[in-house]
Amino acid sequence: MQVLFARHQVKVYRFVLRLVGNPSTAEDLISEVFLDVWRQASRFEARSAVSTWLLAIARFKALSAMRRRPEAELDEEQAAAIEDTSDDPEVTAQKKDKSEILRKCIKALSPDHREIIDLVYYHEKSVEEVAEIVGIPEATVKTRMFYARKKLSELLKNSGVDRGWP
Amino acid sequence: MMTTNDKTPEREEIEMLLPWHAAGTLSRGDAERVEQALSQDPELARHFALAREELGETIHVNETLGAPSARAFERLFTAIEAESPAPRRQIASAAAGWLSSLFGQFSPRTLAWSASAAAVVIMLQGGLITGLLLSERGGDETYETASRGIELPTDQGSFVLVRFNPSASAADITRFLDTNAASIADGPKAGLYRLKVSPTTLPKDELTKIAARLQQDTTVVGFVVPTE
Repeated sequence: MQVLFARHQVKVYRFVLRLVGNPSTAEDLISEVFLDVWRQASRFEARSAVSTWLLAIARFKALSAMRRRPEAELDEEQAAAIEDTSDDPEVTAQKKDKSEILRKCIKALSPDHREIIDLVYYHEKSVEEVAEIVGIPEATVKTRMFYARKKLSELLKNSGVDRGWP
Repeated sequence: MMTTNDKTPEREEIEMLLPWHAAGTLSRGDAERVEQALSQDPELARHFALAREELGETIHVNETLGAPSARAFERLFTAIEAESPAPRRQIASAAAGWLSSLFGQFSPRTLAWSASAAAVVIMLQGGLITGLLLSERGGDETYETASRGIELPTDQGSFVLVRFNPSASAADITRFLDTNAASIADGPKAGLYRLKVSPTTLPKDELTKIAARLQQDTTVVGFVVPTE
């Protein structure tokens, strides 16, 4: 259990943190995730990678926790995550390099889009694995990723970076 | 050569696969399809470059999120301890205490950078020790995960539970076992190994002394506790 925890805790924590936006809540949730894994170890069928199993449990717990939270708390955190667009786009582009703008836009995506971008790019999950974690068909995984990237391009354009796609 | 205006179903499918190709998670067949399309379509290749940029910055965003503190570990193992039967509870307590003190020395950021390396070291050592265990048992053991239960076999002799240092090499552990006339009887379970230190059942005081003596070799063992 210690090896499992040591190996996966950071990535599971970051996945949960990106969903719930609160480090303390994320820590509580990963404890619950690994506790569930400890309780259900005999049920793991090795059909998928352990990390996929962990992320699926983590996602379920994070969404349950978010449903329990007061609306006010959600609004406050989501507001903090939204890109400040008070600058003129050209000024913004001059102030920051493209990478920094791209990172800000990735953070400003909606939870659904942020989640799929993270799963594909950071957690290195295949189409099939994302479908298993999120609980949607594989075709939906591909279209959701496409629309997440499209939205990213729109946010970039609003920030003064036109990628010429889509 | 395909052009920007190609909107065939095949091209749209390839376009949708670009993020997974950038992440290296496509099957060999799909990866070859994408590679072939990229070599024939400069505009598609430009879109692939965008996906690679997204990949790099997404990793950057996630890597700056830090890592959980020792509180998550403590909370987990306290819960496991509370749900475990008595023998397991003692083991979990000892393991949690030791690791808690170890993890407590590092900041969350430090842990973030060291966790992967630590996991690799622990897994490597686990493999080496499993090799020692299997060779002693004739190599006919089936694989079991470290997360299995801690119900202990009831063979004859006197035993201690040992947590080997992650930095200890296979040679160190072999020397330690030879020097102390000990053998690995079982493990790893929750990161612990059960060592047979005597073929007979020793009095508790004597076993405690042996555990204390073994504990002196701090280059090889993290902690040692007598067990039944």
